[in-house]
Amino acid sequence: MSNDQYLMTNNLSDIINKPVRTDLVIATRYVNLFYGDFQALKGITLEIFPNTVTALIGPSGCGKSTYLRLFNRMNDLIDGVKITGNIIVDGEDIYAPETDVVELRRKVGMVFQKPNPFPKSIFENVAYGLRVNGVNDKKFIQAKVEQSLVRSALWDEVKDKLKKSAFELSGGQQQRLCIARALAVEPSVVLMDEPASALDPISTAKIEELIYELKKNYTIIIVTHNMQQAGRVSDTTAFFYLGELIEYGDTKEIFTNPKDKKTQNYITGRFG
Amino acid sequence: MKTDRKLHLARQRKQVIAFNLFRILSITVVAILFIILSFIIFNGIKVISWEFLTAMPKEGMTKGGIFPAIVGTLCLISGSMLFAGPVGVLSAIYINEYTRDGVLKRFIKLMTNNLAGIPSIVFGLFGMSLFVNTLGFGDSIIAGSFTLGLLTLPVVIRTTEESLKSVPDSFRHGSYALGGTKLQTIRKVVLPIAFPNIITGLILSIGRVSGETAPILFTVAAYFLPKLPHSIFDQVMALPYHLYVISTSGTNITESRPMAYGTALVLIAIVLIVNISANGLRKYFGNKVKMN
Ligand SMILES: Nc1ncnc2c1ncn2[C@@H]1O[C@H](COP(=O)(O)OP(=O)(O)O)[C@@H](O)[C@H]1O
Ligand SMILES: [Mg+2]
Repeated sequence: MSNDQYLMTNNLSDIINKPVRTDLVIATRYVNLFYGDFQALKGITLEIFPNTVTALIGPSGCGKSTYLRLFNRMNDLIDGVKITGNIIVDGEDIYAPETDVVELRRKVGMVFQKPNPFPKSIFENVAYGLRVNGVNDKKFIQAKVEQSLVRSALWDEVKDKLKKSAFELSGGQQQRLCIARALAVEPSVVLMDEPASALDPISTAKIEELIYELKKNYTIIIVTHNMQQAGRVSDTTAFFYLGELIEYGDTKEIFTNPKDKKTQNYITGRFG
Repeated sequence: MKTDRKLHLARQRKQVIAFNLFRILSITVVAILFIILSFIIFNGIKVISWEFLTAMPKEGMTKGGIFPAIVGTLCLISGSMLFAGPVGVLSAIYINEYTRDGVLKRFIKLMTNNLAGIPSIVFGLFGMSLFVNTLGFGDSIIAGSFTLGLLTLPVVIRTTEESLKSVPDSFRHGSYALGGTKLQTIRKVVLPIAFPNIITGLILSIGRVSGETAPILFTVAAYFLPKLPHSIFDQVMALPYHLYVISTSGTNITESRPMAYGTALVLIAIVLIVNISANGLRKYFGNKVKMN
């Protein structure tokens, strides 16, 4: 990406000139994203603190997934995407030319909306990230796979059938396997895009519990459609509407005392 | 109410007529295929014997066997697949995984599709001019294999492309999100999933290779050569050409007629065996991919 793409389209020199805080795990500064001519994100500035869960909420199509994909550069895979602004992870501008995208994606894990385990064994699914990152030590891989499955609260259910196909697991188990797979490479940030939307209530509850646990060791950003879920699992909440960040703050605050009318309408279910 | 009912009946009648028409047509097609097949089996089975399958042709190809033609055809099948397999699969990977939608991709697609439409005799001429003459291979297994390989290349590319396309992007994204490179994603995720279908496509195109006459006519096929090849630069006999020879220009056509049916039966059997094994392989690898 060339340097001039970092130039702001709007005249917001105050934001540009403000030094970037490097203690933040994640921050975006005046980020615009275009799919061709369509602007999906409009000047999003946001700071996310370590070991918190941040919920991204908002009606369908408001740009939550698009925003989430900024942090592991998955938008790069889509033709015709143009991004301006700064996106900081671990104090580094991840869209700088010298960024190693592969390294970034190891550091910033992702769990997708629909469970997408590979058509491999349960063990190989979790080991995959290690293998592609050049880890060959069998003992280490074994230990790491077990640790990740324990952390994703799946170990007890699969420890006797690690060699079985991941497709034999239920949807909820598959999603926890995908979380284990992401954890195995020791990310510092985990992105989750509606991770429970395809699951039954019991599996959803398990995933939520898990998110709460994971917060101790990871910074989590989760997109959710479900207000109650956002209220239950997150510390901070960001409300998006038509590509704009309308309101961002403490989850309790947002849910009990939203400052913006649009936020209030959305939370009380008047649109969405 | 009454007119409604009439309309309803009329509609129903049309349905019935259309349904029966389709049924009759498809039964006819199956019947024709069945008749051809039984005709060849009925006439060919009489000459099939151990000797027919393993002996050299004798007495102006009216007696003896077709062993060298079987060996020749097997050589050409393997040779053309050794060439078209890797080249076709790699091209398809390039087209499907590396090129973005655009002019280049459309151009490559257009070319491969047009290549598929070229009559096989043209490939024969081209193969003769390039492999036999220009490159100096002479009439040989290698010239014939390259020619046949070129002929099936578009099919291999297209079936491989389809197999790759049928791998959902969610698997690719899962791999990228874990820090997999493009090459790792293709090698460790995409190809294993697409493999059963790729193999099936490859094997099915063997069916086409084994039956082609025109491309081998000027590049490898020998009229009468009662010995086995020693190297890839040797000429061989081949089943389809042998069939053509003994049914049109042999020394004694009426006397070699049963041999012709026998040869046809062997050719059909090879294609059939290949197709059945394609199915088996796909099932085998299909299970293996899941278990892996
Ligand atoms: N690959 C894409 N190409 C073009 N437009 C897209 C693409 N993905 C998303 N969009 C558009 O960008 C907007 C935001 O989409 P998305 O981030 O998926 O919203 P959300 O996750 O909040 O439902 C939508 O209007 C959507 O149609
Ligand atoms: Mg979304």
